[in-house]
Amino acid sequence: MLILTCPCCGVTGEETEFHAGGEAHIKRFGPGTSDEDFHGYMFAKENAKGVHFERWRHNNGCGKWFHAARCTTTLEVFGTYSAQTYEPPKDIKDKISAKRPGWSWREFA
Amino acid sequence: MSKPVSALDGATYQGFAKVEELGLRGMITIRGDLKSAGMKKAASTAIGLDVPGQREVNMTGENALAWMSPDELLALVPYEEVGDKIAAIDKALKGKHYLAVNVSDARAIFRVTGGGAREVIAKLSPVDMSSDAFPAGQIRRTRMAQVPAAFWVDEEGGIIIICFRSVAEYVFNLLKGAAENGSQVGYLS
Ligand SMILES: [Zn+2]
Repeated sequence: MLILTCPCCGVTGEETEFHAGGEAHIKRFGPGTSDEDFHGYMFAKENAKGVHFERWRHNNGCGKWFHAARCTTTLEVFGTYSAQTYEPPKDIKDKISAKRPGWSWREFA
Repeated sequence: MSKPVSALDGATYQGFAKVEELGLRGMITIRGDLKSAGMKKAASTAIGLDVPGQREVNMTGENALAWMSPDELLALVPYEEVGDKIAAIDKALKGKHYLAVNVSDARAIFRVTGGGAREVIAKLSPVDMSSDAFPAGQIRRTRMAQVPAAFWVDEEGGIIIICFRSVAEYVFNLLKGAAENGSQVGYLS
């Protein structure tokens, strides 16, 4: 069971209060883009074993979206952060580096 | 004019705690920038209560002002006063980016009282209901079994629960089951 802290309302709750919203930091390729770009956007996911970044929604709480950094093998949550960003903030990356030295995920490390 | 009635028309149940549907209550969803002074003033003047801080609720009598999210408040007022309250907010915020909507008939409100009230909720929601972790004056939006709900503890130790009207019967049945005599856990009391 995951325990997540919503950065929007400050509630720390277990995962049944939240809804998983898929992988984080995906750049959207929509109408007018190449088939290859759209295919990458639609289907190519990290699906990482270990450090992973996801979008979550506090659907049974304040209703807001946010980001979570966690480990898919141990279910440890490194931290949660605002949905209004293109990349994980430095303090989250530092926390991961302290626990998983040498980690990388897409272009982030 | 048809006569408005609440979802369960004031149904009650007495187990080791008492469950009551509180009948009709005026409810207004207010959305906008809660940090703006104009927004705060409009809401607090109309409802007659200070704007609560994060996850807090201010209440007196039938009136309450509850923090629902960083851009949302829920106001509770007597059922007949909703129109006037919304008109007051609309007047104060004319031209601003905000929303104040009457949701009275889209919600149900319950109160659970008695020594085991916290225990009843603890059986249904993934929330630490001890009085240290969840004191009076704090609001929690969460789920109650399978549906979303919000609740807080009032000054008398009763627990006010708000849910969607469409699931009022489901929530009442949940509360009844959790409050059934003989099913006390005794952990929180
Ligand atoms: Zn939240």
